[in-house]
Amino acid sequence: MPDKTTAAGAALQLDGLVKRYGDVVAVNGVSLDIEPGELITLLGPSGSGKTTTLNMIAGFAEVTAGSIRMAGRPIADLRPHKRGIGMVFQHYALFPHMTAYENIAYPLKQRKVPKAELRARVEEVLALVSLQDHGDRYPRHLSGGQQQRVALARAVVFSPKVLLMDEPLGALDKKLRERLQLEIKRLHRLLGTTVVYVTHDQEEALVLSDRIAVFNEGRIEQVGTSEELYERPRTRFVAEFLGESNLFAGRIDRGDREPAIVTDHATLRAPSSCDAQDGAECVLLVRPERLRVAHQPPSGADNVLDATVRQVIYLGSSRKVELMLPGDHVVVVREPAGAVTELGEGDRVHVSWGRDDGVLLPERDGAPAAGDSLAVPA
Amino acid sequence: MPGWLRQAFGDRWLLLVVPTLAFLLIFFGYPVVQMLLRSVQEPTSGLGNYELFFQTEVYVKILRRTVTTAIIVTVVCLALAYPYAYLMSIVSRRWRIVLLAVVLLPFWTSLMVRTYAWIILLQDTGIVNDVLERAGIGRQSLIRNTLGVTIAMAQILLPFMVLPLYAVMQGIDRRLVQAAESLGANPAKAFLRIYVPLSMPGVIAGATLVFILSLGFYVTPALLGSPQNAMLSQLIVQQVSTLLNFGMGGTMAAILLAVILVILLGISRVVRPSAAYDAVGPR
Amino acid sequence: MRRRVRPGRVALVVFVTLTGVWLVAPTLVVIPMSFTEARTFAFPPKGFTFEWYSNFFTDRQWYDALFTSLRIAVLVTIVSVVVGTAAAFGLVRGRFRGKGLMQAFILTPTIVPVVVVGVAIFATYLRWRISGTTLGFVLAHTALAIPFVVVTVSASVRTFDRRLERAASNLGAGPWTIFRTVTFPLIRPGVVSGALFAFITSFDEVVVSLFIQSPMVRTLPVQMFSSVTREIDPTLAAASTMIVVFTTTLILLTLFLQTRGSDAR
Repeated sequence: MPDKTTAAGAALQLDGLVKRYGDVVAVNGVSLDIEPGELITLLGPSGSGKTTTLNMIAGFAEVTAGSIRMAGRPIADLRPHKRGIGMVFQHYALFPHMTAYENIAYPLKQRKVPKAELRARVEEVLALVSLQDHGDRYPRHLSGGQQQRVALARAVVFSPKVLLMDEPLGALDKKLRERLQLEIKRLHRLLGTTVVYVTHDQEEALVLSDRIAVFNEGRIEQVGTSEELYERPRTRFVAEFLGESNLFAGRIDRGDREPAIVTDHATLRAPSSCDAQDGAECVLLVRPERLRVAHQPPSGADNVLDATVRQVIYLGSSRKVELMLPGDHVVVVREPAGAVTELGEGDRVHVSWGRDDGVLLPERDGAPAAGDSLAVPA
Repeated sequence: MPGWLRQAFGDRWLLLVVPTLAFLLIFFGYPVVQMLLRSVQEPTSGLGNYELFFQTEVYVKILRRTVTTAIIVTVVCLALAYPYAYLMSIVSRRWRIVLLAVVLLPFWTSLMVRTYAWIILLQDTGIVNDVLERAGIGRQSLIRNTLGVTIAMAQILLPFMVLPLYAVMQGIDRRLVQAAESLGANPAKAFLRIYVPLSMPGVIAGATLVFILSLGFYVTPALLGSPQNAMLSQLIVQQVSTLLNFGMGGTMAAILLAVILVILLGISRVVRPSAAYDAVGPR
Repeated sequence: MRRRVRPGRVALVVFVTLTGVWLVAPTLVVIPMSFTEARTFAFPPKGFTFEWYSNFFTDRQWYDALFTSLRIAVLVTIVSVVVGTAAAFGLVRGRFRGKGLMQAFILTPTIVPVVVVGVAIFATYLRWRISGTTLGFVLAHTALAIPFVVVTVSASVRTFDRRLERAASNLGAGPWTIFRTVTFPLIRPGVVSGALFAFITSFDEVVVSLFIQSPMVRTLPVQMFSSVTREIDPTLAAASTMIVVFTTTLILLTLFLQTRGSDAR
């Protein structure tokens, strides 16, 4: 068993990383402090700089500016084969002319591990990914999921302190992906390595990560746990990228004792923590599960709006209700199964939520509204 | 690509090519250039050798014979190779391999062996003449003349026509022909109007290859022919090997090269190199 | 489902079959010829004997020629494969000016007629005093063989997935180790192809060899050529038969391996 104490992950520090390809800036000042042993996901759309950042950590992309430190040691000037970082590639990159066993043994051979120990470690790791009987198979005789597990085994067999994963599950179908996500999570707990995981799939990020760093156009917009990012996104981009959002755009009005948001069609009560300036442009985010739908106007609710039911979608474990608000504004409500209210298309209803069910976001992407104290890692 | 990699390899890839370039320049390029220079230096400076060549009736006759033979060989090869390559491109994989093997076997067999086989076949007491006699046509002189040389060359060079043709044909999208037929063209017309033009790049490649090879062919004409019906290559060998007349020998070689260059230039004018890619449909 | 057989298709198959016979059959006459008892080229041959085969291995002229050819071909293969493989890598992976020109130049030995190459090389090697030596032969044949090696190996290098090299680097292998353990094993088929081309190009080479031959260095094709022109010696038929059998086996084996390899996918 890769010794937990020696395999325990190293801290990784990215400081002001910049990557320029000619005139194109792929990574524009990325800084991140990664804790030893955590699984952090770099999440973002294609071209957001997450893969380039990963490649810089691995040593396949030269750092234009900034530094990378692993366990305090700068590594940006080290060649890839000297960094001791494990990596799982998107299309596995298994050596086709070697068996699964030989693939996994490869890094150990490079480190001149003696035969007996090598054998023991390879077989141990094969068992770890449940492929103990497949060691002598060639990659072309393994299924996609099996190949991915061999790639994983190969990346961890030499007990790296840091493991990089570049969209490893992208080529697999949904069910297999979900299964392997759990496998990866389990292995991470077991090995205690620091894992940097790149993906564009937000569900995957939510399942796997201790923390998520959301990338957009070469910068990190927000870092936090799944819960932090979901419940308290700091920018519109993050809010819309993770999970479904209902957004109300408007202006802050501090005239009355309670701050309010004035939209085109209504005046809404702002969250009690709101410290934005009077007149500031903003967006109010309310997650679908925070909304309530009822035929009768509920008493005591902070925000109530008239709506018409557009569609009710039954999803088994939950129910999704699409509502049409004045001004052609569509809003989505999620209710758990067994919701009492009977709703039909065209019904006139009331949608409501408490003022602290909402999250205030700056209007412009990535730029904090005046007065908001945001410590976005820049 | 990491900087250290680029710095080390940016020019290092070039370094890997240098040995080959140097080798070919020294042991191949230089000799050829030298030969061309000598053609205008020996025995006297100037184009005297070239003038002499074109003034000597025998030499011009030989040149003409060489070109004519090359044309005939090319045409015969094309006639035989076109159906062959076509069938290769439409049969199942198993049969394709069989047909390919049948083409590759002679392709790889030693030229000496194949020429020798033709000597056996075409000689006056050989099997071909036996058959002709039985058939009532009577014995013919098939050896030591241009006819025998042409027959043998047409067989020996046939693979060089089949392979480029097949290479292009296998990329032709036959659904185009089917589409033409569905629009009302009869099969023959569809084939002529659609398929043949698409196969042209292969035809040109194969024909050029066979023609150029024929022009410079030595072994077969030397062994099956005679001094009376010599080809240019035999003339060159005689000048250099027997007479050690490097000046005239080099001149003749230069003329041969010039003819080839003219053909290649002519081809490149007529054919757009990208034409081969236009014909290739989705695989 | 019965497929309608078009008469055109039948005619095509017949024509192609005849062409196939035309391609292969003539060469086959050397086989029965090699067993003839008489010292003639008369066909069909009379009698049956292995005399010419044993003569091939006992007559100095013949077996000397064989070993000379083998020796030279092996040297040519080694040199051209090493030099040509390096060039293939350089051309496929490098990005420098004049690459197209270089590629064209490397192909020129295949475009220039052999007889022209023979004259040029004979003239120059004579001056350099290497004509008629093993060195001269190796240099001349290598020049002819290199283009084949470069072309076949280039194809292999081009289709090689470089992400595998990245993975190997990440796993701790240095550049040379990567080449040895990952790159080369996977391009090996192309290299072997190129080596085969090089070997056969040298072994069968006639024209240039005729020019630069000497009594000390006579290759097998040269020996065969003079055998035809000088006297009637059925040993030539024996030599030819062995070459045919060897070549055929090699081709069939390669094709068989190729089909097996792709079936296994």
